[in-house]
Order: sequence, then C-alpha cells, then structure tokens
Amino acid sequence: MDKRSEMHRRERRRYVIGYGGSLLLTLAMFGVAHLFGIETTGVYLTIGLLGLAQLVLQLVYFLHIDRRRSSREDLHLVLFSTMVLLIMILGTVWVLGNLAIRMHMHVM
Amino acid sequence: MKRAPTHSYPGINLGERHASADKATEVVTFGFWVFLMSDLVYFGLMFAIYITMIDAQAGGPGPHELFDLKSVFAQTLILLTSSLTVGLAMLALKYNLPRGRIILWFGVTLLLGLSFLVLELRDFMAMAEKGGVPQRSGFLSAFFGLVPLHGLHVAAGCLWLIVLGIQLRAKGMTDLIISRVVRLALFWHFLDLIWIGIITIVYFGGLTYG
Repeated sequence: MDKRSEMHRRERRRYVIGYGGSLLLTLAMFGVAHLFGIETTGVYLTIGLLGLAQLVLQLVYFLHIDRRRSSREDLHLVLFSTMVLLIMILGTVWVLGNLAIRMHMHVM
Repeated sequence: MKRAPTHSYPGINLGERHASADKATEVVTFGFWVFLMSDLVYFGLMFAIYITMIDAQAGGPGPHELFDLKSVFAQTLILLTSSLTVGLAMLALKYNLPRGRIILWFGVTLLLGLSFLVLELRDFMAMAEKGGVPQRSGFLSAFFGLVPLHGLHVAAGCLWLIVLGIQLRAKGMTDLIISRVVRLALFWHFLDLIWIGIITIVYFGGLTYG
C-alpha cells in the first residue's frame, strides 16, 4: 500500500517536472520573441532550439520514450518515422526552393 | 529491494496494478504508435508545404497583419496544461483512485480542449475579417491546410474524451476501457507536440521570414 503511493508520487512528479520544464521553455520562447523582436535568423534559431528542447522534454516526460531497453522498439519506430519525414520535408524544401530560385520568384 | 519497473510500451504503463489490462494494451498501443507516426508524416508534409509557401502571399495579407501572438501564447498554455491533466487522469486510473477523480481530470482536460478551440476559431475569424481567407494566396491556403487540421484533431480528441467519460461511467474500469484511456492520453500528448511545431514553424517562422 505504501509502496504504491510512493510510486504514484514518483510518477506524478515526472509529469509535474515535464510540465514545469515545458512551461519555462514556452515562456523563454515567447520572451525571446518579445524582447528581441522576431526579425533576424539568430533570434529565430534560438526560438527553434527552444522548441526542439521542449519537444524532447515532452517525449521523455509525457510520452515516456527513452533509451530503456523495453521501449527501444518504439524508439526505433519514432526515429525511423522522423527520418522518413525529414527526407520528405528537406527534399520538398530543397526541390521547390531550387525551382523558385530558377524561376526568379525570390523565395528563400 | 528495488526492482526496475517493467516498461513494455511508451506512454504510461499500467504495470502490475492492472496486469491483464497491461498485456492487452501492449500490442494495440504499438499499433496506435504506428498510426500516430503516419499522422506525423501527414502533418510533416503540411509543414513542408507551408515552408515553401511562406513567400507566396500574392499581395494579400501576410503573417505580420494576421497573426496574434497573444492569443497563440494563451492557446499554447491551455494546450500544455491539458496535456498535464490528461496525464493526471491516466495516473488516477493506474493507481485506482476514486472514479470521481478520473472524471474530474477528464472534465478539466475537456474544458481546456474546448477553450483552446474557441480561441483558435476566434483567431481564424479575425483573420478572415482582415481578408486572410484560404483562397487569397498560397501562403494562406497552406496555413489553413495545417493549423485547422491540428484543431480538427483536438476536436476529435474532445469527442473521444466525452465518449470515454460516458463509457467509464456506464461500464466501469474494464480492461478495454483502461486500454482506450492509455491511447487517448498518448493522442493528446502527441497533439501538444504538433502544436509546438506549429508555434515554432508556422507562427514564429512566418513572422521571421514572411
């Protein structure tokens, strides 16, 4: 009975840590945008990195994806899908961006 | 003596508390992940189209005229909080807390999901008033292809919450219902992940490069 509530507390703390961390990262994201203005690539890169950090944080603390052996198959599924996705996104942006440059559409 | 917790699928595991439900959940949860990942690919392609369309504004209103960051900020906080409450509902289920507690977290999540949708619809309406309708430009078509698609997922999640809440009341915590709640929680967390992509790429990216 005691062990159970102990485990409950531990798991609830994981969620609260994930929530607190995500909250901080969200505030940092909007704070950076507010303070520095969303104009330069440098600011956008910072925002992008904060977004990526939040993505990873939520994958670990909310979705419980990590390198533990038992959830490794699912990690493989996620990584493989991400790879397919990146190939498609980068390919699309590359091909269409190139097309736009050749057509003098001043994109990208 | 401390034993390493068994962990057979992503998301919260039911473990020994619900051993039979845990077994039944393992396979369907993996299947659900396959669905989530194909959904992710779909979203990803919409993101790719948006990125290539950022400059295709055809003289119509662009991100600076249309986007309301305050409202986006509020939506972000609401969705993030709902991701926490759905996790707490899941934990209440796992540790056999009274059913009232589960229904409470379900209700809070539903309320947050609905308020997210209301804010988002208000944004869309404000955009339409400024001439930002999907047929105006390639940029707006891409925007309205992607962001409302996420909203539609949230609406589906809300409907799912309602149906599961009713089933929980009527049938109690059977293995089947428990395994459905596990998948709903995964779905909801996944939607928050997509939303992070949307604020980073659609809103901030649009404001930087649009």
